Amino acid sequence: MEGAYKPGWFARSTGLIVALYLVLPILIVLPVSLTDQRFLSLPRETLSLQYYRNLFSSPEWFSSILQSFWIALGSTTLAVVAGTLFAIAAWRLDRRLVNLMRALMLLPLIVPSIVYAIGLYRYFRWWDLLDRVLGVIIAHGVTAIPYVVITVSTALAAFDPRLEQAARGMGASLPQLLRWVILPRIMPGIVSGAIFAFIHSWDELVIVLFIASRDVFTLPRRIWDGINENVDPTMAAVAVLLVVFTVLLLLADLTVRKKRDS
Amino acid sequence: MFPKGMPRNAGWWALLMPAFLLLTVFYVAPILQVLSISFTEPELGFGNYERILTNRSVQRTLMTTGRIAGITTVLALLLGYAVAYSVTMASERARRWWILCVLVPLWISVLVRAFAWVTLLRRQGLINDALMGAGVIQEPLELVWNEFGIIVGMVHYMVPYAVLPMLSTMREIDPRLMTAARGMGASRWVVFSRVFLPLSLPGVVAAAVLVFIFSLGFYVTPAILGGGKTLMVAEWISVQILDLIRWGFGTMMATVLVVTILVTLGGFSRVVNMRKLFGGGG
Repeated sequence: MEGAYKPGWFARSTGLIVALYLVLPILIVLPVSLTDQRFLSLPRETLSLQYYRNLFSSPEWFSSILQSFWIALGSTTLAVVAGTLFAIAAWRLDRRLVNLMRALMLLPLIVPSIVYAIGLYRYFRWWDLLDRVLGVIIAHGVTAIPYVVITVSTALAAFDPRLEQAARGMGASLPQLLRWVILPRIMPGIVSGAIFAFIHSWDELVIVLFIASRDVFTLPRRIWDGINENVDPTMAAVAVLLVVFTVLLLLADLTVRKKRDS
Repeated sequence: MFPKGMPRNAGWWALLMPAFLLLTVFYVAPILQVLSISFTEPELGFGNYERILTNRSVQRTLMTTGRIAGITTVLALLLGYAVAYSVTMASERARRWWILCVLVPLWISVLVRAFAWVTLLRRQGLINDALMGAGVIQEPLELVWNEFGIIVGMVHYMVPYAVLPMLSTMREIDPRLMTAARGMGASRWVVFSRVFLPLSLPGVVAAAVLVFIFSLGFYVTPAILGGGKTLMVAEWISVQILDLIRWGFGTMMATVLVVTILVTLGGFSRVVNMRKLFGGGG
Protein backbone atom coordinates (compact mmCIF):
# COMPACT_ATOMS: atom_id res chain seq x y z
CA MET A 1 0.00 0.00 0.00
CA GLU A 2 2.23 2.78 -1.31
CA GLY A 3 1.63 6.19 0.17
CA ALA A 4 -0.67 4.98 2.94
CA TYR A 5 0.46 4.69 6.55
CA LYS A 6 2.36 1.53 7.31
CA PRO A 7 0.74 -0.26 10.27
CA GLY A 8 2.00 1.24 13.54
CA TRP A 9 3.82 -0.58 16.33
CA PHE A 10 0.56 -1.36 18.12
CA ALA A 11 -1.08 -3.08 15.14
CA ARG A 12 2.07 -4.96 14.25
CA SER A 13 2.83 -6.25 17.74
CA THR A 14 -0.80 -7.25 18.39
CA GLY A 15 -0.93 -9.17 15.12
CA LEU A 16 2.34 -10.90 15.96
CA ILE A 17 1.23 -11.86 19.48
CA VAL A 18 -2.01 -13.34 18.15
CA ALA A 19 -0.10 -15.32 15.53
CA LEU A 20 2.12 -16.72 18.30
CA TYR A 21 -0.98 -17.56 20.37
CA LEU A 22 -2.29 -19.50 17.36
CA VAL A 23 0.87 -21.41 16.56
CA LEU A 24 2.93 -21.88 19.75
CA PRO A 25 0.50 -24.06 21.76
CA ILE A 26 0.41 -26.49 18.85
CA LEU A 27 4.20 -26.58 18.54
CA ILE A 28 4.60 -27.30 22.26
CA VAL A 29 3.58 -30.94 21.69
CA LEU A 30 6.88 -31.54 19.85
CA PRO A 31 9.26 -31.09 22.82
CA VAL A 32 6.77 -32.81 25.13
CA SER A 33 6.71 -35.87 22.86
CA LEU A 34 10.50 -36.11 23.18
CA THR A 35 10.51 -36.02 26.98
CA ASP A 36 12.62 -38.39 29.06
CA GLN A 37 10.17 -38.11 31.96
CA ARG A 38 7.28 -40.47 32.67
CA PHE A 39 4.62 -37.78 32.61
CA LEU A 40 3.67 -34.87 30.34
CA SER A 41 6.53 -32.40 30.68
CA LEU A 42 9.43 -30.87 28.83
CA PRO A 43 12.54 -33.05 28.52
CA ARG A 44 14.85 -32.56 31.55
CA GLU A 45 18.13 -34.41 30.97
CA THR A 46 18.02 -35.70 27.42
CA LEU A 47 15.75 -36.17 24.43
CA SER A 48 14.13 -39.55 24.15
CA LEU A 49 12.23 -41.37 21.42
CA GLN A 50 10.68 -43.86 23.85
CA TYR A 51 7.13 -42.64 23.31
CA TYR A 52 7.42 -42.93 19.55
CA ARG A 53 8.63 -46.53 20.08
CA ASN A 54 5.64 -47.02 22.40
CA LEU A 55 3.32 -45.72 19.74
CA PHE A 56 4.69 -47.81 16.88
CA SER A 57 4.80 -51.00 18.92
CA SER A 58 1.23 -50.65 20.15
CA PRO A 59 -1.26 -52.79 18.21
CA GLU A 60 -4.18 -50.63 19.45
CA TRP A 61 -2.83 -47.38 18.04
CA PHE A 62 -1.80 -49.11 14.84
CA SER A 63 -5.20 -50.67 14.21
CA SER A 64 -6.92 -47.35 14.97
CA ILE A 65 -4.70 -45.50 12.50
CA LEU A 66 -5.41 -48.11 9.85
CA GLN A 67 -9.15 -48.08 10.49
CA SER A 68 -9.30 -44.28 10.39
CA PHE A 69 -7.38 -44.31 7.13
CA TRP A 70 -9.77 -46.72 5.39
CA ILE A 71 -12.82 -44.89 6.70
CA ALA A 72 -11.41 -41.55 5.51
CA LEU A 73 -10.62 -43.05 2.09
CA GLY A 74 -14.11 -44.52 1.72
CA SER A 75 -15.96 -41.42 2.84
CA THR A 76 -13.76 -39.16 0.68
CA THR A 77 -14.62 -41.25 -2.39
CA LEU A 78 -18.31 -41.05 -1.57
CA ALA A 79 -18.21 -37.29 -0.98
CA VAL A 80 -16.07 -36.53 -4.05
CA VAL A 81 -18.26 -38.48 -6.48
CA ALA A 82 -21.58 -37.20 -5.16
CA GLY A 83 -20.36 -33.66 -4.48
CA THR A 84 -18.61 -33.17 -7.84
CA LEU A 85 -21.56 -34.41 -9.90
CA PHE A 86 -23.85 -32.20 -7.86
CA ALA A 87 -21.70 -29.09 -8.20
CA ILE A 88 -21.41 -29.53 -11.98
CA ALA A 89 -25.13 -30.07 -12.49
CA ALA A 90 -26.04 -27.21 -10.17
CA TRP A 91 -23.70 -24.89 -12.07
CA ARG A 92 -25.19 -25.95 -15.42
CA LEU A 93 -28.86 -25.78 -14.39
CA ASP A 94 -28.58 -22.72 -12.10
CA ARG A 95 -32.20 -22.08 -11.17
CA ARG A 96 -34.20 -21.46 -8.05
CA LEU A 97 -34.93 -25.05 -7.08
CA VAL A 98 -31.30 -26.01 -7.64
CA ASN A 99 -30.06 -23.16 -5.48
CA LEU A 100 -32.34 -24.35 -2.70
CA MET A 101 -30.78 -27.79 -3.05
CA ARG A 102 -27.35 -26.18 -2.88
CA ALA A 103 -28.32 -24.50 0.39
CA LEU A 104 -29.42 -27.92 1.66
CA MET A 105 -25.93 -29.27 0.82
CA LEU A 106 -24.41 -26.70 3.19
CA LEU A 107 -26.48 -27.85 6.19
CA PRO A 108 -23.76 -30.14 7.58
CA LEU A 109 -21.52 -27.09 8.01
CA ILE A 110 -24.19 -25.21 9.96
CA VAL A 111 -25.96 -27.80 12.11
CA PRO A 112 -23.75 -28.81 15.08
CA SER A 113 -22.49 -32.36 14.77
CA ILE A 114 -23.85 -33.26 18.21
CA VAL A 115 -27.40 -32.88 16.82
CA TYR A 116 -26.62 -35.11 13.84
CA ALA A 117 -24.80 -37.60 16.06
CA ILE A 118 -27.72 -38.22 18.43
CA GLY A 119 -30.03 -38.47 15.41
CA LEU A 120 -27.83 -41.10 13.78
CA TYR A 121 -27.56 -43.02 17.05
CA ARG A 122 -31.27 -43.79 16.74
CA TYR A 123 -31.55 -43.86 12.99
CA PHE A 124 -28.66 -46.26 12.39
CA ARG A 125 -30.02 -48.81 14.85
CA TRP A 126 -32.93 -49.15 12.49
CA TRP A 127 -30.60 -49.58 9.47
CA ASP A 128 -28.38 -51.93 11.49
CA LEU A 129 -25.39 -49.64 10.82
CA LEU A 130 -24.33 -48.99 14.44
CA ASP A 131 -20.72 -49.88 15.22
CA ARG A 132 -20.05 -50.72 11.56
CA VAL A 133 -17.32 -49.28 9.35
CA LEU A 134 -19.86 -48.80 6.56
CA GLY A 135 -22.03 -46.68 8.85
CA VAL A 136 -19.13 -44.37 9.71
CA ILE A 137 -18.16 -44.10 6.02
CA ILE A 138 -21.69 -43.01 5.14
CA ALA A 139 -21.91 -40.52 8.02
CA HIS A 140 -18.51 -38.97 7.27
CA GLY A 141 -19.12 -39.03 3.51
CA VAL A 142 -22.43 -37.22 3.77
CA THR A 143 -21.05 -34.54 6.08
CA ALA A 144 -18.03 -34.04 3.77
CA ILE A 145 -20.16 -33.31 0.67
CA PRO A 146 -20.30 -29.54 1.40
CA TYR A 147 -16.50 -29.23 1.29
CA VAL A 148 -16.44 -30.80 -2.18
CA VAL A 149 -19.44 -28.82 -3.44
CA ILE A 150 -17.75 -25.57 -2.33
CA THR A 151 -14.32 -26.21 -3.84
CA VAL A 152 -15.70 -27.61 -7.10
CA SER A 153 -18.22 -24.74 -7.44
CA THR A 154 -15.37 -22.27 -6.98
CA ALA A 155 -13.39 -24.03 -9.72
CA LEU A 156 -16.43 -24.02 -12.03
CA ALA A 157 -16.94 -20.28 -11.57
CA ALA A 158 -13.77 -19.82 -13.64
CA PHE A 159 -14.91 -22.27 -16.35
CA ASP A 160 -15.94 -20.80 -19.70
CA PRO A 161 -19.45 -22.12 -20.45
CA ARG A 162 -18.87 -21.68 -24.20
CA LEU A 163 -16.50 -24.65 -24.06
CA GLU A 164 -19.43 -26.78 -22.98
CA GLN A 165 -21.68 -25.40 -25.72
CA ALA A 166 -18.98 -26.01 -28.32
CA ALA A 167 -18.56 -29.63 -27.22
CA ARG A 168 -22.31 -30.13 -27.28
CA GLY A 169 -22.50 -28.57 -30.71
CA MET A 170 -19.98 -31.08 -31.98
CA GLY A 171 -22.19 -33.89 -30.73
CA ALA A 172 -20.57 -34.85 -27.41
CA SER A 173 -22.77 -36.95 -25.14
CA LEU A 174 -23.12 -36.06 -21.47
CA PRO A 175 -20.56 -38.66 -20.29
CA GLN A 176 -18.10 -37.56 -23.01
CA LEU A 177 -18.63 -33.93 -22.07
CA LEU A 178 -17.90 -34.67 -18.42
CA ARG A 179 -14.93 -36.90 -19.09
CA TRP A 180 -13.15 -34.84 -21.75
CA VAL A 181 -14.21 -31.24 -21.25
CA ILE A 182 -15.41 -30.43 -17.73
CA LEU A 183 -13.53 -32.78 -15.38
CA PRO A 184 -10.00 -32.00 -16.63
CA ARG A 185 -10.65 -28.29 -16.19
CA ILE A 186 -11.90 -28.52 -12.61
CA MET A 187 -9.49 -31.22 -11.39
CA PRO A 188 -7.64 -28.88 -8.95
CA GLY A 189 -10.97 -28.03 -7.29
CA ILE A 190 -11.84 -31.70 -6.99
CA VAL A 191 -8.44 -32.52 -5.46
CA SER A 192 -8.82 -29.66 -2.95
CA GLY A 193 -12.27 -30.93 -2.01
CA ALA A 194 -10.92 -34.46 -1.62
CA ILE A 195 -8.15 -33.26 0.72
CA PHE A 196 -10.61 -31.38 2.92
CA ALA A 197 -13.06 -34.30 2.93
CA PHE A 198 -10.23 -36.61 3.97
CA ILE A 199 -9.11 -34.36 6.84
CA HIS A 200 -12.75 -33.98 7.93
CA SER A 201 -13.23 -37.73 8.29
CA TRP A 202 -9.76 -38.35 9.69
CA ASP A 203 -10.38 -35.87 12.56
CA GLU A 204 -14.08 -36.46 13.17
CA LEU A 205 -14.92 -37.44 16.75
CA VAL A 206 -18.45 -36.48 17.79
CA ILE A 207 -20.38 -38.70 15.35
CA VAL A 208 -18.07 -41.65 16.04
CA LEU A 209 -18.58 -41.28 19.80
CA PHE A 210 -22.26 -41.99 19.26
CA ILE A 211 -22.40 -44.56 16.46
CA ALA A 212 -19.36 -46.70 17.35
CA SER A 213 -18.74 -48.92 20.33
CA ARG A 214 -16.50 -52.00 20.25
CA ASP A 215 -15.61 -52.80 16.66
CA VAL A 216 -15.06 -49.32 15.30
CA PHE A 217 -12.31 -47.58 17.24
CA THR A 218 -10.99 -44.74 15.11
CA LEU A 219 -7.90 -42.68 15.88
CA PRO A 220 -9.82 -39.65 17.26
CA ARG A 221 -11.75 -41.96 19.58
CA ARG A 222 -8.53 -43.44 20.89
CA ILE A 223 -7.08 -39.96 21.44
CA TRP A 224 -10.27 -38.92 23.23
CA ASP A 225 -10.02 -41.92 25.56
CA GLY A 226 -6.34 -41.16 26.10
CA ILE A 227 -7.01 -37.56 27.09
CA ASN A 228 -9.84 -38.52 29.44
CA GLU A 229 -8.19 -41.50 31.10
CA ASN A 230 -4.42 -41.46 31.27
CA VAL A 231 -2.54 -38.48 29.93
CA ASP A 232 0.82 -40.02 29.08
CA PRO A 233 3.41 -38.61 26.66
CA THR A 234 2.52 -41.19 23.99
CA MET A 235 -0.40 -38.87 23.27
CA ALA A 236 2.06 -36.09 22.49
CA ALA A 237 3.79 -38.36 19.98
CA VAL A 238 0.43 -39.06 18.33
CA ALA A 239 -0.29 -35.33 18.26
CA VAL A 240 3.03 -34.60 16.54
CA LEU A 241 2.36 -37.21 13.86
CA LEU A 242 -1.14 -35.79 13.26
CA VAL A 243 0.19 -32.22 12.98
CA VAL A 244 2.85 -33.32 10.48
CA PHE A 245 0.28 -35.26 8.47
CA THR A 246 -2.17 -32.33 8.32
CA VAL A 247 0.56 -29.86 7.34
CA LEU A 248 1.65 -32.19 4.51
CA LEU A 249 -1.93 -32.42 3.22
CA LEU A 250 -2.28 -28.62 3.38
CA LEU A 251 0.98 -28.15 1.48
CA ALA A 252 -0.33 -30.57 -1.15
CA ASP A 253 -3.46 -28.43 -1.38
CA LEU A 254 -1.42 -25.22 -1.76
CA THR A 255 0.59 -26.82 -4.58
CA VAL A 256 -2.60 -27.82 -6.39
CA ARG A 257 -3.98 -24.30 -6.01
CA LYS A 258 -0.79 -22.72 -7.30
CA LYS A 259 -0.99 -24.93 -10.40
CA ARG A 260 -4.59 -23.89 -10.93
CA ASP A 261 -3.82 -20.20 -10.60
CA SER A 262 -0.87 -20.25 -12.99
CA MET B 1 -27.70 -37.50 -27.18
CA PHE B 2 -30.53 -38.62 -24.92
CA PRO B 3 -33.22 -41.25 -25.40
CA LYS B 4 -36.24 -39.74 -27.15
CA GLY B 5 -39.06 -38.47 -25.01
CA MET B 6 -36.85 -37.38 -22.14
CA PRO B 7 -36.78 -33.72 -21.18
CA ARG B 8 -33.71 -31.90 -22.45
CA ASN B 9 -32.13 -31.46 -19.04
CA ALA B 10 -32.89 -34.92 -17.63
CA GLY B 11 -29.22 -35.93 -17.69
CA TRP B 12 -28.19 -32.93 -15.59
CA TRP B 13 -30.97 -33.50 -13.09
CA ALA B 14 -29.82 -37.11 -12.76
CA LEU B 15 -26.36 -35.87 -11.78
CA LEU B 16 -27.86 -33.92 -8.87
CA MET B 17 -29.51 -37.00 -7.48
CA PRO B 18 -26.74 -39.00 -5.73
CA ALA B 19 -25.81 -36.12 -3.44
CA PHE B 20 -29.42 -35.07 -2.95
CA LEU B 21 -30.59 -38.58 -2.03
CA LEU B 22 -27.60 -39.25 0.25
CA LEU B 23 -28.25 -36.01 2.08
CA THR B 24 -31.99 -36.54 2.38
CA VAL B 25 -31.83 -40.15 3.51
CA PHE B 26 -28.73 -40.04 5.70
CA TYR B 27 -28.63 -36.45 6.92
CA VAL B 28 -31.97 -34.67 6.85
CA ALA B 29 -34.01 -37.70 7.94
CA PRO B 30 -32.05 -38.39 11.17
CA ILE B 31 -32.16 -34.70 12.07
CA LEU B 32 -35.90 -34.45 11.46
CA GLN B 33 -36.25 -37.49 13.69
CA VAL B 34 -34.42 -35.63 16.46
CA LEU B 35 -36.82 -32.72 16.10
CA SER B 36 -39.86 -34.97 16.21
CA ILE B 37 -38.69 -37.00 19.24
CA SER B 38 -38.61 -33.77 21.25
CA PHE B 39 -42.40 -33.52 20.81
CA THR B 40 -43.26 -37.21 21.23
CA GLU B 41 -41.17 -38.59 24.09
CA PRO B 42 -41.93 -39.31 26.87
CA GLU B 43 -45.41 -38.15 25.82
CA LEU B 44 -46.99 -36.19 22.99
CA GLY B 45 -46.95 -32.41 23.41
CA PHE B 46 -44.78 -29.50 24.47
CA GLY B 47 -43.91 -31.01 27.88
CA ASN B 48 -40.17 -31.00 27.19
CA TYR B 49 -40.26 -27.36 26.17
CA GLU B 50 -42.09 -26.29 29.33
CA ARG B 51 -38.99 -27.43 31.21
CA ILE B 52 -37.09 -24.47 29.75
CA LEU B 53 -39.20 -22.30 32.06
CA THR B 54 -39.02 -24.54 35.12
CA ASN B 55 -35.85 -26.64 35.07
CA ARG B 56 -32.80 -25.06 36.72
CA SER B 57 -30.29 -27.31 34.94
CA VAL B 58 -31.68 -26.35 31.51
CA GLN B 59 -31.61 -22.66 32.36
CA ARG B 60 -28.11 -22.80 33.79
CA THR B 61 -26.82 -24.62 30.69
CA LEU B 62 -28.42 -22.10 28.34
CA MET B 63 -26.97 -19.21 30.33
CA THR B 64 -23.50 -20.74 30.45
CA THR B 65 -23.55 -21.49 26.73
CA GLY B 66 -24.73 -18.01 25.81
CA ARG B 67 -22.14 -16.38 28.07
CA ILE B 68 -19.20 -18.49 26.86
CA ALA B 69 -20.22 -18.17 23.19
CA GLY B 70 -20.59 -14.41 23.60
CA ILE B 71 -17.22 -13.91 25.32
CA THR B 72 -15.54 -16.21 22.79
CA THR B 73 -17.04 -14.25 19.88
CA VAL B 74 -15.87 -10.88 21.21
CA LEU B 75 -12.33 -12.10 21.95
CA ALA B 76 -12.00 -14.02 18.67
CA LEU B 77 -13.14 -10.91 16.76
CA LEU B 78 -10.63 -8.63 18.50
CA LEU B 79 -7.72 -11.01 18.02
CA GLY B 80 -8.84 -11.97 14.52
CA TYR B 81 -9.14 -8.34 13.49
CA ALA B 82 -5.53 -7.71 14.47
CA VAL B 83 -4.40 -10.67 12.36
CA ALA B 84 -6.60 -9.83 9.37
CA TYR B 85 -5.36 -6.22 9.48
CA SER B 86 -1.74 -7.37 9.59
CA VAL B 87 -2.29 -9.74 6.65
CA THR B 88 -3.96 -7.02 4.58
CA MET B 89 -1.16 -4.56 5.19
CA ALA B 90 1.66 -7.06 4.78
CA SER B 91 3.85 -7.36 1.70
CA GLU B 92 3.10 -10.14 -0.78
CA ARG B 93 5.87 -12.36 0.64
CA ALA B 94 5.04 -11.84 4.31
CA ARG B 95 1.38 -12.38 3.53
CA ARG B 96 2.00 -16.05 2.64
CA TRP B 97 3.50 -16.70 6.09
CA TRP B 98 0.63 -14.93 7.79
CA ILE B 99 -1.95 -16.99 5.93
CA LEU B 100 -0.08 -20.15 6.87
CA CYS B 101 -0.31 -19.07 10.54
CA VAL B 102 -4.08 -18.91 10.11
CA LEU B 103 -4.71 -21.95 7.90
CA VAL B 104 -2.54 -24.48 9.71
CA PRO B 105 -4.30 -24.10 13.08
CA LEU B 106 -7.64 -24.13 11.25
CA TRP B 107 -7.03 -27.62 9.89
CA ILE B 108 -5.14 -29.16 12.80
CA SER B 109 -7.26 -31.70 14.66
CA VAL B 110 -9.39 -30.09 17.37
CA LEU B 111 -8.36 -32.95 19.67
CA VAL B 112 -4.67 -32.21 19.19
CA ARG B 113 -5.30 -28.58 20.05
CA ALA B 114 -7.34 -29.37 23.16
CA PHE B 115 -4.63 -31.82 24.22
CA ALA B 116 -1.96 -29.14 23.75
CA TRP B 117 -3.92 -26.79 25.99
CA VAL B 118 -4.30 -29.46 28.68
CA THR B 119 -0.52 -29.96 28.58
CA LEU B 120 0.02 -26.24 29.06
CA LEU B 121 -2.71 -25.32 31.53
CA ARG B 122 -3.24 -28.21 33.97
CA ARG B 123 -2.07 -28.05 37.60
CA GLN B 124 1.28 -29.72 36.89
CA GLY B 125 1.27 -28.22 33.39
CA LEU B 126 4.02 -26.29 31.68
CA ILE B 127 2.70 -22.82 32.56
CA ASN B 128 2.22 -23.55 36.26
CA ASP B 129 5.61 -25.31 36.33
CA ALA B 130 7.33 -22.34 34.73
CA LEU B 131 5.63 -19.78 36.99
CA MET B 132 6.37 -21.75 40.16
CA GLY B 133 9.93 -22.41 39.04
CA ALA B 134 10.41 -18.69 38.57
CA GLY B 135 8.93 -18.06 42.00
CA VAL B 136 6.09 -15.91 40.69
CA ILE B 137 3.43 -18.05 42.38
CA GLN B 138 3.47 -20.48 45.31
CA GLU B 139 0.32 -22.45 44.54
CA PRO B 140 -0.53 -23.68 41.02
CA LEU B 141 -3.20 -21.57 39.30
CA GLU B 142 -6.52 -23.14 38.31
CA LEU B 143 -6.21 -22.57 34.58
CA VAL B 144 -8.21 -25.48 33.22
CA TRP B 145 -11.31 -27.54 33.99
CA ASN B 146 -13.23 -24.33 34.44
CA GLU B 147 -14.71 -21.58 32.28
CA PHE B 148 -11.34 -19.89 31.84
CA GLY B 149 -9.85 -23.01 30.25
CA ILE B 150 -12.85 -23.44 27.95
CA ILE B 151 -12.60 -19.86 26.73
CA VAL B 152 -8.84 -20.03 26.12
CA GLY B 153 -9.29 -23.18 24.03
CA MET B 154 -12.40 -21.98 22.19
CA VAL B 155 -10.93 -18.60 21.26
CA HIS B 156 -7.87 -20.43 19.95
CA TYR B 157 -10.13 -22.60 17.81
CA MET B 158 -12.30 -19.73 16.56
CA VAL B 159 -9.73 -17.03 15.65
CA PRO B 160 -9.04 -18.55 12.19
CA TYR B 161 -12.79 -18.64 11.47
CA ALA B 162 -12.97 -14.97 12.46
CA VAL B 163 -9.99 -14.03 10.30
CA LEU B 164 -11.17 -15.49 6.99
CA PRO B 165 -14.38 -13.44 6.41
CA MET B 166 -12.74 -10.26 7.75
CA LEU B 167 -9.73 -10.80 5.52
CA SER B 168 -11.81 -11.22 2.37
CA THR B 169 -13.66 -7.97 3.13
CA MET B 170 -10.48 -6.05 3.99
CA ARG B 171 -8.75 -7.12 0.79
CA GLU B 172 -11.55 -5.60 -1.24
CA ILE B 173 -10.97 -2.16 0.32
CA ASP B 174 -9.34 0.11 -2.25
CA PRO B 175 -5.93 1.07 -0.79
CA ARG B 176 -6.04 4.38 -2.67
CA LEU B 177 -8.74 5.53 -0.23
CA MET B 178 -6.25 5.40 2.63
CA THR B 179 -3.58 7.11 0.55
CA ALA B 180 -6.04 9.86 -0.35
CA ALA B 181 -7.10 10.33 3.28
CA ARG B 182 -3.49 10.67 4.34
CA GLY B 183 -2.80 13.07 1.50
CA MET B 184 -5.62 15.26 2.76
CA GLY B 185 -3.94 15.45 6.15
CA ALA B 186 -5.69 12.75 8.17
CA SER B 187 -3.67 11.31 11.02
CA ARG B 188 -2.93 7.59 11.32
CA TRP B 189 -5.78 7.13 13.78
CA VAL B 190 -8.30 9.07 11.69
CA VAL B 191 -7.41 7.08 8.55
CA PHE B 192 -8.06 3.88 10.46
CA SER B 193 -11.16 4.87 12.40
CA ARG B 194 -12.93 6.93 9.72
CA VAL B 195 -11.90 5.07 6.54
CA PHE B 196 -10.62 1.54 7.11
CA LEU B 197 -12.73 0.45 10.09
CA PRO B 198 -16.15 1.37 8.62
CA LEU B 199 -15.31 -0.31 5.32
CA SER B 200 -14.26 -3.49 7.11
CA LEU B 201 -17.43 -3.72 9.24
CA PRO B 202 -19.36 -6.09 6.94
CA GLY B 203 -16.56 -8.62 7.38
CA VAL B 204 -16.67 -8.14 11.16
CA VAL B 205 -20.41 -8.85 11.24
CA ALA B 206 -19.99 -11.95 9.06
CA ALA B 207 -17.18 -13.20 11.30
CA ALA B 208 -19.28 -12.56 14.42
CA VAL B 209 -22.20 -14.59 13.06
CA LEU B 210 -19.92 -17.45 12.01
CA VAL B 211 -17.98 -17.64 15.30
CA PHE B 212 -21.10 -17.28 17.44
CA ILE B 213 -23.05 -20.10 15.76
CA PHE B 214 -20.02 -22.39 15.78
CA SER B 215 -19.43 -21.66 19.47
CA LEU B 216 -23.02 -22.44 20.46
CA GLY B 217 -22.91 -26.07 19.40
CA PHE B 218 -19.26 -26.81 20.11
CA TYR B 219 -18.58 -30.14 21.80
CA VAL B 220 -14.98 -31.34 21.90
CA THR B 221 -13.05 -28.39 23.32
CA PRO B 222 -15.53 -27.50 26.12
CA ALA B 223 -15.84 -31.19 27.06
CA ILE B 224 -12.07 -31.63 27.42
CA LEU B 225 -11.13 -28.25 28.90
CA GLY B 226 -14.27 -27.94 31.03
CA GLY B 227 -13.56 -31.20 32.82
CA GLY B 228 -17.25 -32.08 33.17
CA LYS B 229 -17.92 -29.25 35.63
CA THR B 230 -18.95 -26.46 33.27
CA LEU B 231 -21.48 -27.93 30.83
CA MET B 232 -22.27 -26.23 27.54
CA VAL B 233 -25.30 -27.24 25.49
CA ALA B 234 -23.61 -29.89 23.34
CA GLU B 235 -22.10 -31.76 26.28
CA TRP B 236 -25.33 -31.42 28.25
CA ILE B 237 -27.22 -33.07 25.35
CA SER B 238 -24.72 -35.90 25.25
CA VAL B 239 -25.10 -36.49 29.02
CA GLN B 240 -28.90 -36.58 28.66
CA ILE B 241 -28.78 -39.12 25.82
CA LEU B 242 -25.86 -41.39 26.76
CA ASP B 243 -25.88 -41.32 30.58
CA LEU B 244 -29.43 -40.49 31.62
CA ILE B 245 -31.20 -41.86 28.52
CA ARG B 246 -33.68 -38.98 28.53
CA TRP B 247 -34.31 -38.69 24.81
CA GLY B 248 -37.14 -36.20 24.95
CA PHE B 249 -35.12 -33.85 27.11
CA GLY B 250 -31.93 -34.15 25.08
CA THR B 251 -33.62 -33.73 21.70
CA MET B 252 -35.55 -30.71 23.02
CA MET B 253 -32.26 -28.97 23.73
CA ALA B 254 -30.90 -30.06 20.31
CA THR B 255 -33.97 -28.51 18.67
CA VAL B 256 -33.52 -25.27 20.63
CA LEU B 257 -29.88 -25.21 19.50
CA VAL B 258 -30.70 -25.73 15.80
CA VAL B 259 -33.52 -23.19 15.85
CA THR B 260 -31.31 -20.58 17.57
CA ILE B 261 -28.61 -21.07 14.96
CA LEU B 262 -31.01 -20.91 11.99
CA VAL B 263 -32.74 -17.81 13.39
CA THR B 264 -29.38 -16.11 13.93
CA LEU B 265 -28.33 -16.92 10.36
CA GLY B 266 -31.72 -15.89 8.98
CA GLY B 267 -31.69 -12.63 10.91
CA PHE B 268 -28.32 -11.66 9.52
CA SER B 269 -28.87 -12.95 5.98
CA ARG B 270 -29.95 -9.43 4.97
CA VAL B 271 -26.73 -7.93 6.30
CA VAL B 272 -24.33 -10.74 5.51
CA ASN B 273 -23.84 -12.46 2.18
CA MET B 274 -24.36 -16.06 3.33
CA ARG B 275 -23.26 -17.45 0.02
CA LYS B 276 -19.93 -15.73 0.38
CA LEU B 277 -19.64 -16.70 4.03
CA PHE B 278 -19.89 -20.39 3.23
CA GLY B 279 -18.09 -20.03 -0.09
CA GLY B 280 -21.14 -20.87 -2.21
CA GLY B 281 -19.21 -20.08 -5.38
CA GLY B 282 -20.88 -20.60 -8.75
